[in-house]
Amino acid sequence: MSDEVMSEIRKDYLYHLVLKGERADGRAFDEYREIVLETGPIRKADGSALVKLGKTQVMVGVKIQPGAPFSDTPNKGVIITNAELVPLASPNFEPGPPNAMGIELARVVDRGVRESGAIDLESLCITPGENVWIVFIDVHVLDDCGNLMDASSLGAIAALMTAKVPAEQYGLGEDYPLPVKDLPVATTAVEFGDAIMFDPDTDEESVADTKLTVITTADGSVCGMQKSGTGFTSQDHIYRIVDIACERAKEIREKFLEV
Amino acid sequence: MIGMDDKLSFFKNGVRLDGRRPDELRPIKIEVGVLERADGSCYMEMGGNKVIAAVYGPREVHPRHLQEATRAIVRYRYNMASFSVEERKRPGPDRRSNEVSKVSREALEPVILTSYFPKSVVDIFVEVLQADAGTRTVGINAASVALADAGIPMKSLISSCAAGKVDGEVVLDPMKLEDNFGEADVPIAMTPNGDITLLQMDGRLTTEEFRKALETAKVGCEQIYEIQRKALVDRYSHMEEPESCNEAVAEGEI
Repeated sequence: MSDEVMSEIRKDYLYHLVLKGERADGRAFDEYREIVLETGPIRKADGSALVKLGKTQVMVGVKIQPGAPFSDTPNKGVIITNAELVPLASPNFEPGPPNAMGIELARVVDRGVRESGAIDLESLCITPGENVWIVFIDVHVLDDCGNLMDASSLGAIAALMTAKVPAEQYGLGEDYPLPVKDLPVATTAVEFGDAIMFDPDTDEESVADTKLTVITTADGSVCGMQKSGTGFTSQDHIYRIVDIACERAKEIREKFLEV
Repeated sequence: MIGMDDKLSFFKNGVRLDGRRPDELRPIKIEVGVLERADGSCYMEMGGNKVIAAVYGPREVHPRHLQEATRAIVRYRYNMASFSVEERKRPGPDRRSNEVSKVSREALEPVILTSYFPKSVVDIFVEVLQADAGTRTVGINAASVALADAGIPMKSLISSCAAGKVDGEVVLDPMKLEDNFGEADVPIAMTPNGDITLLQMDGRLTTEEFRKALETAKVGCEQIYEIQRKALVDRYSHMEEPESCNEAVAEGEI
C-alpha cells in the first residue's frame, strides 16, 4: 500500500503471525499502541498538540487569523487544514509540494473536524461578507512509525480544544477560547485476509492492501470514513471495523479529550 | 506592539530584559536520538527556539546525476513549521530558508569525512517548530549532534551561536526583541579548535565592535560545544555492547 520497500521474508513472517492470531509487537488485533498527548508545546501557535502513538510522533499547530470569507458562505468562518510530510519523518518522504498521501492525510483530518461540526463556523464570523476568522490546522509529521491518520486527527482536535482566538492582537476585543462542540476521533484498521488490525505500524501498513479510517463523534455516530489502498473489503468487514472503531474511539475520547 | 521609533531600553541595571548578562546564553536543552526512523536525530531548545534535526544516510543519491564519484554529497534542508512564528508562515521553502539551508550546509560539510562514502548522500533535515531568533544557529547545533548520533565520521562537532548589538552594547545570543530592534546580528559557527565555518552579519558595527561581537560569539560557541558533547556522552556512555557483535567477534566472523 505505501511506498515502503519491504523484504519478502518479513512479509511472510507477518502473514504467518496473522494466521496464528498474533502481531509482530505482541499486541491484540484491536489494541492501540500507547498514546501520549501533550497540549500547548508551541507558544507561538494559538493552539498546539504533540501526539505520540507508539513511536509515531505528530505535531499539530493551530493558527487563527482574520480574513475574507468565501463568497458563497459570507457569514461563516473558514477552516484550512494542511499536512506536511517533511523528509525528517521518514526515509520515504521527499521535499517538495505535498504528494497524494499528504493531501489525503490533510483531507481526512479536515473531514473529521468539519463534518463533526466541532467548530461552529457561524460563530467565527466577524463582519458578514467581509471579515471572518480563518482557522489554519497544520499537521507536521515528525516520525512516521505508522497510522498517521489517527495520530494527526487526535492532534488536530486536541490543538483546537486548547486554541485561543487572538482577538486582542487584531483589535477585535478580548481573546477567548475557540469553542469546540464535538470530539471527533479517527480510528484506523488494516485488513489482512480475514484479519482486521487496528492502529497499524508501518510494516503492517505496507503489507496490507486495504486500510479503513472511521471517524466517530462523541454521540457514537460516524462523521467520516476513508478507505485507502488497492485491495478489496467486504460489507461484513466494514461493519466489524466500525463497531470496534466506536469502542476504541470512545476510550480515546474519554482518556484524552474529556477533561 | 513596539514601534521602531519608541525609545526602548534593552538594559535595566546592567541586565537584559530577560534577566541575562550581556555575555550570557539563553537556557539550552539537548536531547539525542529522539526519532525512530531517522539514522540520527536531535531535539534542541535554546530560549524559545524549538528545533528538531534528523540525519539520513549515507544513502543512495536521488536524482542520480547529483552523485559525485569520489565523495558523498551533503544536503541540508532548513524548514520552518507554519505555526512556528507569530504570523502564520506559508508552508514550504522560500528565499530566506533556501539561503539558510545553503550556509548551514556549508557550515557543517567541512567537518564531514565525505570521501569515505563516494556516490552517496548525507541528508540533513532541520525543522523549526518554534522560532525565537537564532533558529539557523540552533539548527546547525542540533544537526551537528544528529550527525554524530547517526555515526557519520566527522573531524569534530560544530557549534554555532550569534552575537548582536543593542543600545550600543554587544550581547551574546540575541532574543527576538533584541534581534528585531537591535543594531546588528552576527551568527557564526565553528569547530572546537576555533575554525569558523559560518559567518554572517547584518546591521552596522564598527570594526572594533565587530571584533568584540566575534569574540563574544566564539565564547558562546565554546559553551555550546560543552553542552553538545555532554548530551552525546550522556546518551552513549550507558549503552551496553550489542551481544551479537561480541559473539561475532569471538567467533572470528568480523
